[in-house]
Amino acid sequence: MDIHEYQAKELLARHGVHVPRGGLAYSPEQATYRAREIGGGKWVLKAQVHSGARGKAGGIKLCANDEEISSAAEAMLGRKLVTQQTGPRGKLISRLYLEEAVDIAQELYVGFVLDRKEERVMIVASAAGGMEIEDIVEKAPDSILRTSVDPGVGMQRFQAREIAFGLGLDHDLIGKATETIFSCYQVFRDYDASMLEINPLVVTRDGNLIALDAKMSFDENALFRRPEISELRDKSQEDPRETFASDRGLSYVGLEGNIGCIINGAGLAMATMDMIKIAGGEPANFLDIGGGASPERVAKSFRAVLGDKNVETILVNIFAGINRCDWVAEGVIKAIREVGVTVPLVVRLSGTRAEEGRRILADSGEAVIVADTLAEAAEKAVAAWRSAAKKKAA
Amino acid sequence: MAILLNRSTRVIVQGFTGKIGSFHAEDMKRYGTKLVGGVTPGKGGQTHLGLPVFNTVKGAVRETRAEASIVFVPPPFAADSIMEAADAGIKLCVCITDGIPSQDMMQVKRYMRRYRFEDRMRLIGPNCAGVITPGQALMGIMPGNIYLPGRIGIVGRSGTLGYEAASQMKALGTGVSTSVGIGGDPINGSSFKDILRLFEQDDETDAVVMIGEIGGPQEAEAAIWARDNMRKPLIAYIAGLSAPKGRRMGHAGAIISAFGESAQEKVEILKEAGVIIVPTPSSFGEVVADTLARMKKAA
Repeated sequence: MDIHEYQAKELLARHGVHVPRGGLAYSPEQATYRAREIGGGKWVLKAQVHSGARGKAGGIKLCANDEEISSAAEAMLGRKLVTQQTGPRGKLISRLYLEEAVDIAQELYVGFVLDRKEERVMIVASAAGGMEIEDIVEKAPDSILRTSVDPGVGMQRFQAREIAFGLGLDHDLIGKATETIFSCYQVFRDYDASMLEINPLVVTRDGNLIALDAKMSFDENALFRRPEISELRDKSQEDPRETFASDRGLSYVGLEGNIGCIINGAGLAMATMDMIKIAGGEPANFLDIGGGASPERVAKSFRAVLGDKNVETILVNIFAGINRCDWVAEGVIKAIREVGVTVPLVVRLSGTRAEEGRRILADSGEAVIVADTLAEAAEKAVAAWRSAAKKKAA
Repeated sequence: MAILLNRSTRVIVQGFTGKIGSFHAEDMKRYGTKLVGGVTPGKGGQTHLGLPVFNTVKGAVRETRAEASIVFVPPPFAADSIMEAADAGIKLCVCITDGIPSQDMMQVKRYMRRYRFEDRMRLIGPNCAGVITPGQALMGIMPGNIYLPGRIGIVGRSGTLGYEAASQMKALGTGVSTSVGIGGDPINGSSFKDILRLFEQDDETDAVVMIGEIGGPQEAEAAIWARDNMRKPLIAYIAGLSAPKGRRMGHAGAIISAFGESAQEKVEILKEAGVIIVPTPSSFGEVVADTLARMKKAA
């Protein structure tokens, strides 16, 4: 789960990391009011969306007076910001963050990630801050410092100190940098973060060390013990199709194709999407209904998939282990009758009670295209989608 | 014995008396697994499904001489249960639980290293379908009837995709020595490489099918290891060709976040290492059968 920059900064500031003075605004008036509250003569207005690369997309503006703040705020609010990271649909700007402008002497990069190879928290730092980490890796690989934390004892101060010296900072900044890095690690650990990135961490002309930007993501599996983090979720930043599904306990990822997928198991779901692609179609979504799916749950899945107006065919592929194909079949019939399925529907049932499931589908008299194998299911779905598209065009 | 598990392995269930634990305990017993008891703290002394219940894993090990444990404990408490098993001298632990926080798993892995290598527990999972040695024993949640006993090893992240592969193989008469689900989490007990090493040493396995997916470094590591150390044929499929970068595809670990983590990149790495590629998820059966036919010819 991602959070906004201002939320990450609040969290870090509470644990001793220095951030610029700033305030949240939902309107141009509020933004200008914030400017007076903060004081000074130059401010930065920042669109709060769950994405990096906001500057290039017009989501960050330097302002010198009320008029500039007001017009920049008006231009941003209610718009969808499309960055390199958001995809073509972009993300809605409904919150703005106004900050005092900072006089920058040097930009650094500090990041914390879960390293899957080492199975530890890895700290990555570079004196070449201000650009994306991918670009640092490409353009200044020798500037990158890495150290990993032993989960048995946690990060030690010497590790933070080594990074501070490694960044080539002035001696009077070493103490501040060590504390900043150490505090970031504590926030990462104490709130079950999966990613924390300060880019840039800046040295100001008056000799301070300030987190100018902050990005954080959290381990969704740990949210049960981090209610204060769960509260920071902003559904306006999510794909509405995904919000609908996740509110109903379904694992769903929206894509750009036309063939809706309802599948059990993440691996089989990915493989079925691959099979659709190989057969010449494009999947509209990833959807894993999970184990022990009741007829109601299957019907809910249809609602989630049909909520996407691009869906022109649905493919249901179930290999039941702890699931039951007869329940899935009942769910399919329930969905046809209650939700209303007007697009072609291909169903493949395998595993536990597959025979009973197929019989339920056949006896229902509903127009369900049945397939026996994975390949056949994908081929039939793509063929049905093609002929439906042709009919639509004619 | 195939690997990890056979008909004489003495197994206990952690989270024994819960709904899910009970359901699968019965299923495993029916399949032939030598189930000797279970653990539910606070219910020690009771009898459940005709087997003794213990308060602690140590108690269960002492009374039943259990060597293996399967964990159905809910995510907030699962890491603790795995560490309890490791400390009680359990040799093989299969954790089915989905949703364990990553930091808990980091601690589990760190904790397990406190034991000498020869005393160390082997952990399979979490968030996995478990282990089955067809015709002998099941420690997991897979439907036993889709596996034919035989001489091909299967190791995969996904449960249902593993079922797909096994049933395609069965349809062509190819059997399985042992099938291992290593799970879909970013940090797991045993890696692909760990399991390949066991299959390579196993006299009852002739070739191995590896079912990987997007995200993480394990498939590439396994490929390099196999190139340098494996004499048996390795056959692999990678799921997630159509997965976009940066999106989590169901499994906590199925996310492309670094170079070399997409399906296309992994397939390239595997090919370069001489691994036989299953091009589509509907051709597991054929590719395995072809490989076996070629092996026969060569021999």
